[in-house]
Amino acid sequence: MTTIKTSIETIKGPGIPLRANDIDTDRIIPARYLRCVSFDGLGEHAFEDDREQDKSHPFNKDIYKNAKILIAGSNFGCGSSREHAPQSLKRWGIDGIIAESFAEIFFGNCMAIGLPCFTVSQADAQRLFQIVEEDPTAELVMDVASATVTIGDTVIQAGMPQGARESLVNGSWNATAILLQAEEKIQATANCLPYIGLFNMSVAPQFD
Amino acid sequence: MGKTLLDKVWDAHTVRELPNGQTQLFIGLHLIHEVTSPQAFAMLKELGLKVKFPERTFATIDHIVPTDSLARPFQDDLAEEMTQALTNSCEEHGITFFDIKSGEQGIVHVIGPEKGLTQPGMTIACGDSHTSTHGAFGSLAFGIGTSQIRDVLASQCLAMSKPKIRQIRVEGKLPNGVYAKDVILKIIHDLGVNGGVGYAYEYAGSVIRNMTMEERLTVCNMSIEGGARFGYINPDRKTLRYLKNRPMAPQGGAWERAKIYWNSVRSDDDAQYDDVHEIAGEELEPMVTWGITPGQSVPISQPIPDPASAPAEERVAYEEALRYMDFQAGMSLEGRPIDVAFLGSCTNGRISDLRLAAEIVKGKKVSKRIKAIVVPGSMEVARQAAKEGLPEIFREAGFDWRAAGCSMCLAMNPDKLQGRELCASSSNRNFKGRQGSPTGRTLLMSPAMVAAAALTGEVVDVREVLK
Ligand code: SF4
Repeated sequence: MTTIKTSIETIKGPGIPLRANDIDTDRIIPARYLRCVSFDGLGEHAFEDDREQDKSHPFNKDIYKNAKILIAGSNFGCGSSREHAPQSLKRWGIDGIIAESFAEIFFGNCMAIGLPCFTVSQADAQRLFQIVEEDPTAELVMDVASATVTIGDTVIQAGMPQGARESLVNGSWNATAILLQAEEKIQATANCLPYIGLFNMSVAPQFD
Repeated sequence: MGKTLLDKVWDAHTVRELPNGQTQLFIGLHLIHEVTSPQAFAMLKELGLKVKFPERTFATIDHIVPTDSLARPFQDDLAEEMTQALTNSCEEHGITFFDIKSGEQGIVHVIGPEKGLTQPGMTIACGDSHTSTHGAFGSLAFGIGTSQIRDVLASQCLAMSKPKIRQIRVEGKLPNGVYAKDVILKIIHDLGVNGGVGYAYEYAGSVIRNMTMEERLTVCNMSIEGGARFGYINPDRKTLRYLKNRPMAPQGGAWERAKIYWNSVRSDDDAQYDDVHEIAGEELEPMVTWGITPGQSVPISQPIPDPASAPAEERVAYEEALRYMDFQAGMSLEGRPIDVAFLGSCTNGRISDLRLAAEIVKGKKVSKRIKAIVVPGSMEVARQAAKEGLPEIFREAGFDWRAAGCSMCLAMNPDKLQGRELCASSSNRNFKGRQGSPTGRTLLMSPAMVAAAALTGEVVDVREVLK
């Protein structure tokens, strides 16, 4: 039986602060990178145009290069529905996102690739920005089941719909893994189909 | 209570019911092409998975291939890269690849039936919405997204919800000059572009029964334009005759066993449908689209409708379409000058389509004002056409005869409309910018209508030409 690690329970690591609202997916990954054969390599182009125009962009700073958790303002990921946006963040190294709010399609695309998205109040977002800016190495812990963020002694209650949290924790966000769980039944179904093996098998055709 | 083909084939391919209420469905045939599959292979690699049934996936290139020069590397770097990526993936995973050097390349929905891969009673998936085409053989065929391609590669299964079923009966006899394309355009016109959402369409009735297999492919092809992800026709003697001796069809004793299975999947006479819609064949006319969805069409003798006469919720869309097309309500499409004539696509790029168009243009000349191109659906279609002398007929008339591919159906290759050009097209989508120019305009019609329009340089009623 094939096993894939699909359960996503905690995300740990340093944070990277993006103090802005309404970051759209065009800014996360410019449209010219949609004509591609693989999502590999999209990581290095994350926020490419913003980084060109703003040398002090956090994604340009070495102190944040090991970050795992992105912290942002409201309406993060609005605009075009491209799955390339969360893919590029994931490939850059982001394993979880905390923001004041998310655009709906972006949230769905993150779920499809197992990237947890927590919402926090504006005040908590400000606290997180400050903590991470003061100590870029500080370790944040996102606990998916309880939707809490822990940094040192500070525990922040975040939000994420229960169904989404459950599917990350129990691994059911990943359709491939669910389908592969039935490995024996897949083979059994195939064996009953007369056309498998170009009708050269002895199984009698069905439906008669 | 009797069962439909949908019920029978669905049940036979059900692996199990999933906790979320969907069905885990086994996929009998998986077709892939260069545009939507590369990321799926990359995801597979990332998960450390292999292709589970490599012998059940077949690949070709169609969307991005140039149709003027097939010399490698292709001039378009991206086309070259995507082709290379697919070549590598197929080699790595042991997938049969109908590439250009195999001599069997073509539009994925043309080569499936042509090779005998597409068979009754199968489930067929492909990362392309026009996969419904293959339903013409009595298979359950549907389009999927990139993450679902990954699922099929990894498990040969998909998590699917079973659709409802609507039977569409086209009865009677089609008048001369009215073709399969007109039938499906009329169905989409009547039921709407969203009318089939959540449904599989079963096409039936004497008109459908009397159609050739290639005509049936045209009808099923555009199911998705009516919102139906699946469209199928019960297999009959014609289906079997078409399949006999195709390269991938069963042979000898296997053929005899296959026939029993194929005949058994037909909908029972007392099968129940969620809905039934009837269309009278005699009343049909050649159809032409005037707008920017495949549902915005009129019979050629009728004027473009007034938005005021449209249902309230469609009025804004009508007005937007008229503005984009630069047409006025009440205007007749007959006599509208065109700039380009395009013959091809998975809807109407098969040998019978080309034969029909060639008959109309034979010994005549394409209007000097326009550009006319013929793009065969596959290398096999091109070979057959060459045997019958069709390329010469088209060239003498002034058409450009090209190599096989999707070409100007979606213009991912260099074949594009320029500016506001108006194109009489045998393809399936008239969306804004679909044919390569952000402001380009498309009139969907049958290949016979395209051929007739190419000669006069304007939209004409092909029934007049055939008289
Ligand atoms: S011919 Fe057009 S509709 Fe058909 S597969 Fe190619 S691009 Fe899609």
